[in-house]
Amino acid sequence: MKLRDLWTESMAGMLARPVRSALTTLGTVLGIGTLVVTLGIAATAGNQIVGRFDELLATSVTVEVPRGGHNPLVSWDAAKELRLLRGVTSATALAQSDKSSNLVVTANNLLDPTRVSGQTLAVVAATPDLPQTTLGRMLAGRYYDAGHVSRRDRVVVLGEQAAAMLGITSLEHAPAVFIKDRAYTVIGIIGGLRREQILASAILVPPTLGPDIGLKDVTRVLVATQLGAAELIARQAPLALSPNRSAELQVIAPPSPKRARDGAQDDVNGLFLILGLVSLIVGAVGIANVTLVTVMERVAEIGLRRALGAARRHIAAQFLMESSLIGLTGGVIGASVGMVTVVAVAAVRQWTPVLDVRLALAAPVAGALVGLLAGLYPALRAARMEPADALR
Amino acid sequence: MPEPVIELAGVCRDFPSDPPVRALADVDLRVEQGDYMAIVGPSGSGKSTLLNILGLLDRPTSGTYRLDGVETTALRDGGRTRLRGTRIGFVFQSFHLLAHRTVVENVMLAEVYGPHPRAGRRTRAEQALEQVGMSHRIRFLPDRLSGGERQRVAIARALMAQPALLLCDEPTGNLDSRNTEAILDLFDGLRAEGLTILVITHEDGVSARAKRRVRIADGVLREAP
Repeated sequence: MKLRDLWTESMAGMLARPVRSALTTLGTVLGIGTLVVTLGIAATAGNQIVGRFDELLATSVTVEVPRGGHNPLVSWDAAKELRLLRGVTSATALAQSDKSSNLVVTANNLLDPTRVSGQTLAVVAATPDLPQTTLGRMLAGRYYDAGHVSRRDRVVVLGEQAAAMLGITSLEHAPAVFIKDRAYTVIGIIGGLRREQILASAILVPPTLGPDIGLKDVTRVLVATQLGAAELIARQAPLALSPNRSAELQVIAPPSPKRARDGAQDDVNGLFLILGLVSLIVGAVGIANVTLVTVMERVAEIGLRRALGAARRHIAAQFLMESSLIGLTGGVIGASVGMVTVVAVAAVRQWTPVLDVRLALAAPVAGALVGLLAGLYPALRAARMEPADALR
Repeated sequence: MPEPVIELAGVCRDFPSDPPVRALADVDLRVEQGDYMAIVGPSGSGKSTLLNILGLLDRPTSGTYRLDGVETTALRDGGRTRLRGTRIGFVFQSFHLLAHRTVVENVMLAEVYGPHPRAGRRTRAEQALEQVGMSHRIRFLPDRLSGGERQRVAIARALMAQPALLLCDEPTGNLDSRNTEAILDLFDGLRAEGLTILVITHEDGVSARAKRRVRIADGVLREAP
């Protein structure tokens, strides 16, 4: 018997009762579909978590500088030099202390007993490249530059919220703020910070003015890196900032993408996998059952085929082929339905669907295998039949 | 002198029970090439057992059976299956056509399990259908045909493998008298072309058309006049 004849006979056998065959495939469709959906959603969700890190977190490195000692661990110029490292797009040194975080700031020095004019705000000394590092933009005025710093100009830039709290909305009349009874000219209002958003409620002063308010040494360095460089920069930054005492610096780096993905994979809902396997077994039992019924119905056909010269193995092969085809059909449909579901879920959640090609190929094969296993017993029954009995 | 198509010698068939049932008792039979023979007998006489043994669907308990010169009782299952597929064409009372396949596909089934090439199979099936006068129904499904037409398709399927022996089990049992007549005419024609035909029947009208008649009763075979 030739393979093409076996194929033709099996196809004809399967298509002779199309409704029954379609219903029989349903079990496999459900099983394979559930498995594909479970694995596909897990992969998609896993990738989604990784994707969220990409833009900001994965490019932010923060170095915390502990205080103490007479010699500063990190100098103000070190942050500027950090930019020489390949992969660093911008770096800003900040100074902030507990004391400077609770300073009374007023927008004028009139003592008006009827209202509270002073606000408790944080004052932070920062190098001039803060807007680039925090991806902030100037809502009004400008940020101070190296000139202001070197001239020790008494200027400040207000965070968006700090400005609102102080009632300063425009810079038209060159407003000033008073910190520790000294006046400082407000030259800009910064907003839309995407890193260190807490600075929106702070008052930013040039580092050369820091000593006036007790901010002498750098306490923190913010580094913005290129995508993928964070891990490297996190290792290099402490050495670059403080070559002698790099071990004392604390680096806060984003979790590596690999770890995020692993974490997501661990969250795969095992229950759904088990559900898929159970549906697959139920589908297999369904195929076995229906194939057995089909064998019993086609006893006369089996007898005829034996009379036409079919050996037992030909009969077995045909029924195995038919059950495998039913399983394969179920696998193909199940995999397709599963993938469409994954894409639909991803579309609704605005995720990027992730589908493993191997999964798409393995699912139909698994379906065919289920059909093959399910057909073993019925095929054996069919092959064992005595032709004389089958023709009676 | 050519080998006989069928040569049974001392064939017995016992069915195990208590006491054992002897369905065939010491049967000797010789069918020459081109013979048209009828085996008649009432039901329960051993007709079906004889047919199963002649059709290699069953083995005799003792005795020898040579089909077309090949000793079959010593053959294994595979060899008997091959011999059955190549040397014997079966015609059944209930036709045994596959309901979901067209007439020509049913006939083509005869070559699926043999060494025949796929190429030209349809043409050969159409020729076999022409032989039985069914060329006009090639693409019909069996349930659109009359009983006589169905039996002719079944005969075409049997002829397709170019068998040495056409083994017919009550071929007209499900047919009315007009269709019976048509089938018997067809057998006459095939016989004239040199085919060996063996018909098992209980109808006297059918056996009357055969050149030789053999009567079987209680497992014993007797040549009838």
